[in-house]
Amino acid sequence: MTRLQWAAVAAGLALLAAMPWFADKFAVQFASKVLIFALFASSLNLLVGQAGLVSLGHAGFFGVAGYVLALASPEYDAAPLWSTLAMAVGVAALLALAIGALVVRTRGVYFLMATLAFGQMLFHLFHDGDFAGGSDGLQIFARPAGTLFGVALFDLEQYRHFHWVVLAACALVLVFLARLRASPFGRVLDGIRVNEHRMRALGFATVRYKLVAFVLAGALAGLAGYLSACQFGVVNPESLGWHQSGAVLLMVILGGMGSLTGPALGAAVWWGMELFFQGFTRHWQLPMGAVIVAVALFLPDGLAGLWRRVRPPRAVAAEASVREGAA
Amino acid sequence: MQRRHFLAAATLSLALPPLARAQAAKLRVGLMLPYTGTYAQLGTAIENGLRLALAQGGGRLAGREAEFFKVDDESDPAKATDNANRLVTRDKVDVLVGTVHSGVAMAMVKVARESGVPLIIPNAGANAATGPACAPNVFRTSFSNWQTTHALGKVIAERGQKKAVFITWKYAAGEEAAAAFREGFEKAGGTVVKELYLPFPNVEFQALLTEIASLRPEAVGSFFAGAGAVKFVKDWAAAGLKDRIPLYGSGFLTEGVLPAQGEAAEGIVTTLHYADSLDTPRNKAFRAAYMAAYNKVEPDVYAVQGYDAGLLLQQGLEAAKGDPANRAALLAAMEGAEIDSPRGRWRMSRAHNPIQDIYLRRVEKGDNKVIGVAWKALEDPARGCKL
Amino acid sequence: MDLATFFIQLLNALQYGLLLFLIASGLTLVFGIMGVINLAHGAFTMVGAYLAWSLAELTGSFWAALALGIPLTVLLGAAVEWLFVRRLYARDHLHQVLLTFGLILILEESRSLLFGDDVHAVAVPALLSGSLPLTDTLSYPVYRLALSGACLALALAMAWVIRATRVGMMVRAGASNREMAEALGIPIKWVQLGVFSTGIALAGLAGMMAAPVSSVYPGMGNQVLILCFVVVVIGGIGSVKGAFVAALLIGLVDTFGKVVTLEVAGVKLLPQLAGMSVYLLMAAVLLWRPEGLFGRRP
Repeated sequence: MTRLQWAAVAAGLALLAAMPWFADKFAVQFASKVLIFALFASSLNLLVGQAGLVSLGHAGFFGVAGYVLALASPEYDAAPLWSTLAMAVGVAALLALAIGALVVRTRGVYFLMATLAFGQMLFHLFHDGDFAGGSDGLQIFARPAGTLFGVALFDLEQYRHFHWVVLAACALVLVFLARLRASPFGRVLDGIRVNEHRMRALGFATVRYKLVAFVLAGALAGLAGYLSACQFGVVNPESLGWHQSGAVLLMVILGGMGSLTGPALGAAVWWGMELFFQGFTRHWQLPMGAVIVAVALFLPDGLAGLWRRVRPPRAVAAEASVREGAA
Repeated sequence: MQRRHFLAAATLSLALPPLARAQAAKLRVGLMLPYTGTYAQLGTAIENGLRLALAQGGGRLAGREAEFFKVDDESDPAKATDNANRLVTRDKVDVLVGTVHSGVAMAMVKVARESGVPLIIPNAGANAATGPACAPNVFRTSFSNWQTTHALGKVIAERGQKKAVFITWKYAAGEEAAAAFREGFEKAGGTVVKELYLPFPNVEFQALLTEIASLRPEAVGSFFAGAGAVKFVKDWAAAGLKDRIPLYGSGFLTEGVLPAQGEAAEGIVTTLHYADSLDTPRNKAFRAAYMAAYNKVEPDVYAVQGYDAGLLLQQGLEAAKGDPANRAALLAAMEGAEIDSPRGRWRMSRAHNPIQDIYLRRVEKGDNKVIGVAWKALEDPARGCKL
Repeated sequence: MDLATFFIQLLNALQYGLLLFLIASGLTLVFGIMGVINLAHGAFTMVGAYLAWSLAELTGSFWAALALGIPLTVLLGAAVEWLFVRRLYARDHLHQVLLTFGLILILEESRSLLFGDDVHAVAVPALLSGSLPLTDTLSYPVYRLALSGACLALALAMAWVIRATRVGMMVRAGASNREMAEALGIPIKWVQLGVFSTGIALAGLAGMMAAPVSSVYPGMGNQVLILCFVVVVIGGIGSVKGAFVAALLIGLVDTFGKVVTLEVAGVKLLPQLAGMSVYLLMAAVLLWRPEGLFGRRP
C-alpha cells in the first residue's frame, strides 16, 4: 500500500474510534457489526485474495468459535474473556487444521466444494444434534468480563467499550495481515495463487504453506465469530451454514479480492445496502441485486478498484510490477 | 419539517406535562416479520390482521396514532438480534411485534428481556418463549407447539387408534411437536410405534412413506407447514396411503395451503386453535371486515393471530392511558387480558400464552370444517417458567 | 427391512436420483462444460416451476404449459447470456459468483412482485395421473415413473449430442481451448450463447417437469442449488456420465440414510445424521479422487 492509502486507513480508524462521542447508540452498534464482518471477510481474503483458495465453508470456524463461548459461559453469569477467547480461537484453529489437512490437496472449484462439504457437515452437526440447542441455537446472557490480573480493563456490556475493543482487534488484524503480505510467507502465497506448479518446482512445499494459511484464516474467523457472539448474544446453526459462508465470500468479491482494505469495504457496503434499501421497500433485495450485478459487470477489481481508478497510472504500474516480481 | 417549525414544536413539547407530551407523539410499533423468502405470505397476513384491529379501534391506540417501523427478518436467526436491536435502539419503538420463525423469535425474546420493551409474538410456537425463557414483558397471541399436537394425541387415542407413527422435520419445532404428541397419545392409552424425522428442510418424503407403509400403524400424526405440508399431503395420497391409513396433523398441515393440496387433502383430520369455517358471529364479522379491507383475500390463522396481537395491544394501552412508559399498568393489563378473538374468547396464562380451545377439524370440499372441540381451554404447562 | 421394502426403497432411490440428474442437467452444461459458476441455477428452476403453474392455469393444460414454457426459458437464457454472462467469460470465476448471486435476488423479488408469495400446486396431467399398486398398503404414482423415464431419455440424449454430433464437437472444442476453436472457424460466440441458453432452458424444464411433484413455492430454487453443484462435482466437472452416476449415488445415500438405522457404541448415528450424509459422500469422493469420479486429472 502507498503512503496515501495508509493515511486514508488511519484516518478511517480514527474516525471510527471517535464515533462513540458523536454518533448515537445504533450507529455505533452498526459500526461494530460492520467491523466484525470486516475482520471476518479479511480472514477469508487471506485465502481467496492471497493464496487463491476460494473457500465456501469459512463460516464453520466463525460459528464454532461462537458456540465455544456459548457453551463455556455460565448460565446467567459472565464468562472470563481471555480464557474463553483463547479457547474459541484455539478450537477454530484446530478445526481448521483438521479440515485443512484434508482439503488443501484439492484445487480450484473442487477446493470450494470440499470446504462447502465440511461446512455443511458442521451445520448439520449443530442443527440436528441436541448438545448445543439444536436448530434454535444457544443464548449468551452476559458478555464476557474483560479483567486482567483482577483489574477490570473494560466493560463489554457497554456498547462504547465493546466498539473500541472490536476496533482494536480489527486494527491489529489489519496490521498483521499487511505485515504478512509483505513477508516472505505472503510472497509464497502470492506465488501459489499465480502458479502453484512453478512454486513447487522452485522447491516450496506448497501444501504446507496453504495449510498454514488455512489455519491462520480459520483462527481469525474464530476471533470474528467470538466477537459476533458477544455482540448478539445468540449463536445458531445458521451462523455456520453455507449462506453465511457465501455472504462473507460475496463481501470479499464485492470489495475487491486481494486488496487489503477491499474486504472491509465490501462488508461495509453489504450491510449498508441492506440498511439503506430496507428503508424504502419490502422488495429491498431487488435494488441490492441490481447493484451487485452492476459491480460484477463494471468493476473488475471490486469496489476497491474505484480507488485504483482515481490514482495516477504510474502508481498502478509500479504496483503491478511489484506483483509481477512476487509471482 | 422546517427547522423553525421543529424548534417551535420542541419548545411546545417541553412546556407540556409529560403525559400530554406522550399522547401528542405517535405510538411507535416495531414490526419484525418475514417479508421475503418462504414465509413472506405469513408476514403479510400477520401485519394485515394487526392493522385491521387498529383500524377497527378508530385507527388509534388509546387515543394515540400508531406509527409502524418495519424490519424484514428474512426468517434468518443469524441476523435476528441485530434486527430486533435495530427497532429498539434506532427506531426506539414502544412495543415489538414478531415473528414467524421460532429461532428468530427466541432472539427477540432475549432482546425484549434485556431492553424491557414489551414483545408480542404473533406466531412462533417455541415452547421456551412461554416456558423457561418466559418474562413479564413477553406475550404470545398464537399457540405453543405443545398445545396443538398434545390435543391431537388425545383425540387419536380416543378414536380407538392405539398404534401410531409420528412424522415431522428434524428441527426444534418438530421435536417439540413430536414430544407433545407422544405425551398426549400415551396418556390416553396409545403407543407411538416410531417417530420419523426428515432432515430440515428436505421434502423428499418417499423413503419415509415406504417405511410407514411397512410399519402399518393404525394412525399417523404429523407436523408440517407451508410448502412442505403441500408436498407431504400430495405424496401421501399419491402413494396410495390415503385410503389405507388415517392421516392426522397439527392444523398447520392444512392451513392456508388447501387450494394447493386439492383433492389429496380431503378427509384429513387436524387440531388447531382456529378454523376458517368457525360458525360464530364474531368470526364471520372478522372475515367480512378482513376481506373488505384487503382486496377479498381470505384471512387465515396467521391473520387472526396478528389481529389478536392488535387487540391485546389496545387493551394494554387503554389501561396505561396511552402511555407505554407506564409499564406496570401496561403489562398488568396485557397479563390479565381477555381477548374476544375470531377464534373464540381466550385469556392469558400466567406464562403469557393463550388458554384457548383447540378445535377438531376435517377437510371437506377444500375447507377445514369444525367437527368438534378437541380440548376445551387448553393451557400450556409452561414447564420451567418462573413467573 | 424385508426384501420387498428393500426393493421399493431401491426404486425410491433410483427415482430420486434420476430427478436430481434432471435438475442438475442444465448445470452440467453451464458449469461443467462452459465453466461458468451459475449460482442462479436454482432460481431458474424456480422460474420454470412458476411458468408451468401460471401457464397451466392460463391454458388449462400441462402440455401446453410445457410447449410455451420451453421457448420462454430459452429466450430468458439467451438474454441473460447476451446481457451479462458474455462479459465475464474472460474474467475470474468469482465475478460470475457475484453476478449470478445478484441474479438470484433479482429473480426471487421479481417472482414475488409478479406471482406473489403463495404456495401453488400444478396438477398432474390426466394421462399420467394413475398409480400402480406395489404392496397392499403402498402404490407408486405413474407420473413419478414417467418422470424417471424422461430423465433417463434426457441423459442418453445429452450424452449422444455431446459425444457424437458436430454440435457436440464444437461445444467440446470451445470448452477446452477457446482461441484454438476460434482459429479453426468455430463461431464460438454463438456456441456459447447456444450452450448457455440450453443450460438455462434445461433448468427451467426441470422446474416445469418436477412441478406436479414438488409444488411451486418461494425460495424453492435455493434448496436444490447446492445439491446440483454436489452432483456435478462428485461426477467430475464436464462429465455428463459422471453427473448421472453421482445423481444416482446421492439418491441411494439420501434414501437409505433416512431409513437405515446405524448404531455405533449405542449411539444412533443414522438416521440422526441423515442431513449430512450427502456431504459426507462428497467429502469422501473428493478426498479419494480430488477431480471427482469421472473428471480429467489436471
